[in-house]
Amino acid sequence: MNRRVFGLQAASLVAALAAAPSTWAADEAPDALIKRLSDELLTVIRTDPAIKAGDINRIMAVVDSKVMPNVNFRRMTAATVGPSWRQATPEQQKRLQDEFKTLLVRTYSGALAQVNDESITVKPLRAAATDTEVVVRSEIRGRGEPIQLDYRMEKTPGQGAGWKIYNLNVLGVWLVETYRSQFSQEINNRGIDGLITALAERNRSNANSNGTARRG
Amino acid sequence: MTLPVIRVLVRPLSGLLLALSLAACAAGPDPRDPFEPFNRKVSDFNEAVDEAVLKPVATGYRDAVPALVRTGVSNFFGNLGDVWSTVNNALQLKPQQAAESWLRVGVNTVFGMGGVLDVASELRIERHREDFGQTLGRWGVGPGPYVVLPLLGPSTLRDTAALPVDAWGDPVRTVNPASAETGLYVLRAVDTRAKLLRATSMLESVALDKYTFTRDAYLQRRRVEVLNGESGSGAVEDEGNGGAEENYDAEPAPAAPQR
Repeated sequence: MNRRVFGLQAASLVAALAAAPSTWAADEAPDALIKRLSDELLTVIRTDPAIKAGDINRIMAVVDSKVMPNVNFRRMTAATVGPSWRQATPEQQKRLQDEFKTLLVRTYSGALAQVNDESITVKPLRAAATDTEVVVRSEIRGRGEPIQLDYRMEKTPGQGAGWKIYNLNVLGVWLVETYRSQFSQEINNRGIDGLITALAERNRSNANSNGTARRG
Repeated sequence: MTLPVIRVLVRPLSGLLLALSLAACAAGPDPRDPFEPFNRKVSDFNEAVDEAVLKPVATGYRDAVPALVRTGVSNFFGNLGDVWSTVNNALQLKPQQAAESWLRVGVNTVFGMGGVLDVASELRIERHREDFGQTLGRWGVGPGPYVVLPLLGPSTLRDTAALPVDAWGDPVRTVNPASAETGLYVLRAVDTRAKLLRATSMLESVALDKYTFTRDAYLQRRRVEVLNGESGSGAVEDEGNGGAEENYDAEPAPAAPQR
């Protein structure tokens, strides 16, 4: 019996040791993650010639590959849709996510297209070590007044970099809260399918109107 | 005899009542915007005037006038704004912000050729923009309902009441020849609109309903401005709890205790 207990302890110790390094390597502190992402984005924007010329599609591709993997988009969409989310079918949920994502990536890319020589400062994180949800505050500084940019993040141990964004705040305006009343208005008038149609139409007209952003 | 019947009916009845009240909440008007029909009409009017007059003029201004000159104009009006901000910072008992605003005015007027050059920002003296509506808010006056003003755009009841005081504190009012005064008002309006051209064109592509988007963004932004008075840092609501959202994606907790 002693040997069996010892064997069990040894096995669990080995398992713990094997698991630990991978969690250290994967999990980054949330403010470090935001700083790294922001710096990478700014570098790409400043050096890529297509982006400097104002090509929105190119920026969208960069945002998709660099930023989106760190966003819990499902949760963001669910929070924006509200209680009706649980009544939506899986196909409706998937379409909602896709259309909302296209809309947001285009918006975010449009904002990024205006960035010239701004720099991003990430403020010190005010959170306990055991918090599973934090707000990371950053500022875009350039000509004129600094622009506040905050991220609300949830802890996702083992997934991606260990933290995922699910809400965004620009100049004091939280994204989810603002879009939520837009969405609930559509859902009340025309149901979830009506909302999906409205989003799809908006995306279609945006894609048709322009592929280049005016800079400056 | 009646008791067991009532007990059987209570749960489905309360469920029905709950569903009805939720539906009413969802479909009813926004409590922050009781004047919504009126506001929407004024919004439409403002937009028509904007499309017809202000936006073309602002676009022409942006395209024809060199960026350096436009920045100078913007700085000039910003400096005048800093004068009123100093007063409001003092009224809100914020000595450091009041001192910094006053320093901005001094530095920019003396070394910045009457405010045309924004020397203070180069020296990293922070701007603390305050108006009388924010002062009232600081002293506990709630915003009141959302109001859209003709030509002036989104506001709240409190901020609308504060407008005459802001107008009185506006240095442009003291300019003597009336034609020059009007000219300055017009120039400031065009300058402000030109600075917002990018934001408003993004609004077109971003919002499903421009009116609700503008209203919600405006009310959130205004609240942040009143709460901390600085351009975004240290907002009280962001002390760890801003933007917290219920996770509708997770499995719902069981609602009522099962018997």
